[in-house]
Amino acid sequence: MKCQQCSAAEATVHIKTIKNDKVTELHLCEGCAKERGFHSMVTQGKSSLANQIIWMAEKLYPAGSEAISGVQCSHCGLTYSDFLSTGRLGCEVCYRDFEKQLKQILRKIHGSVRHTGKAPGKEGDQFERRRMIQKLHEDLERAIEREEYELAAEIRDRIRNIETPEAAPNGAGAGGRDQG
Amino acid sequence: MTLPVADMLQGGAKWFAERGPLQDRILSTRIRLARNLRQLRFPPRALPEELNAVLHRVENTLTHLDEWGPDRLFPMERLSPLERQFLLERHLASHDLTGDGGQRGLAFSPDEGLGLLVNEEDHLRVQALRPGLQLDECYSIANHFDDQLEAELEYAFSEDFGYLTACPTNVGTGMRASVLIHLPALVLTKRIKKVLASVQQVGLAVRGFYGEGSDVHGNFFQISNQMTLGERESQTLLNLERVIHQVLEHEDQARDLLLRDARMQIEDKIQRALGTLYHARLLTAEETIALVSAVRLGITLELEEMPPIQAINEILLEAQPAHVQLREGRELDAQERNVARARYVRRQLASAGAVR
Repeated sequence: MKCQQCSAAEATVHIKTIKNDKVTELHLCEGCAKERGFHSMVTQGKSSLANQIIWMAEKLYPAGSEAISGVQCSHCGLTYSDFLSTGRLGCEVCYRDFEKQLKQILRKIHGSVRHTGKAPGKEGDQFERRRMIQKLHEDLERAIEREEYELAAEIRDRIRNIETPEAAPNGAGAGGRDQG
Repeated sequence: MTLPVADMLQGGAKWFAERGPLQDRILSTRIRLARNLRQLRFPPRALPEELNAVLHRVENTLTHLDEWGPDRLFPMERLSPLERQFLLERHLASHDLTGDGGQRGLAFSPDEGLGLLVNEEDHLRVQALRPGLQLDECYSIANHFDDQLEAELEYAFSEDFGYLTACPTNVGTGMRASVLIHLPALVLTKRIKKVLASVQQVGLAVRGFYGEGSDVHGNFFQISNQMTLGERESQTLLNLERVIHQVLEHEDQARDLLLRDARMQIEDKIQRALGTLYHARLLTAEETIALVSAVRLGITLELEEMPPIQAINEILLEAQPAHVQLREGRELDAQERNVARARYVRRQLASAGAVR
């Protein structure tokens, strides 16, 4: 099949559009498809996931909105609008400098903003420990909110044991702390 | 350093030739881990010298690993377009890796079941491939290699966000697990849309044969996780495995339905497909995949005189355009490719011992 636009080259890009239940088909060569703006599809378009990110990022913080003006990575110089145009971050520091905006986006995509999987071995053990303590502190707060003091005391002891493993199981060495 | 194309064509992808669980319905399992090195910008924004530094460090690391050694990292820019296409067809490389622009590299194990993509979207992408459904096994292969790399390289990692990646969709575990599944009965009974919609509803992604952005050919679908943050790797794998088994159950039901209501029509379609593979003189890539899909269904249904599944699977991989051309040792036009492909398929089936 020849390209419907230039009638010269072989049509290799086939585009189906559905509008008001009517299907129209368009058959173009690669060059003409690019010209008509189907460029991204031709060059192995950005993945649907990346598009989702851009869409979400744009929706939460539209280009030009105040919340993102002047937000820029201190290491690689990426601005939020750079991020909006590609859906890609520039470097590890971006995660720190865009933290506020990213957390919103990540929560929408992954339903979570905290990693719980593998960690590099060098920091893995320390990381595991800190992560456990952090989680216990959250449990503790929740227990106190719900006035489950017995549970709270238990959790507090567990935190102490992890923080100072050499202490006696019932916290005998740290008895002077206040009782919440 | 040249790509050992002749050897690779000769032996086929060895991991793929092995037997795997549920391989009559599941072609392969793939695990990919995205990693970046500390203090260097991610590839989409990196300076040329940063990309070179990544290549250099990876090369050094591989050199020190017993199973790898020196000269294992192929620089992409030194490969011909045909060789790149070949790696893509082999599922060793990705579109992003084989596209324009330099300073990308690829290393892979002799059985091609383990690979390392360098300076694609992230500095490193570790990739493991296994035949059939083998999520845990596949992960442990990728994970072991990741441990080895990490012992020498410093990864960008944060306690909150986990492994840091160029695209926030990968941050956290950096893990994408995907299963390439063959669902001809669901397609034939027109139930596929409903089943795949329910797969998507539980947060999994469905794509075509070549992954992201590719078309569905021959009733092959890639199902993979999307979530990478807030869930342990083991949990992600378990969820995926559970859903895959549910999809397979639907496929089985659809198959039973087909056999009950239209046995003769189905058998006829499959045997005609096999006949075409045996006798055709011109085969396009697309037609070949469709015919192979039908014959695979015949194997699952245990119809008589079906060729061994390994032989059929090999066709799927090796009848692709770059494979056909590299086997002939030159670039071919479409007509020549179709002739060469049909000849290859006839020989392949004949040597599989099912001559008609």
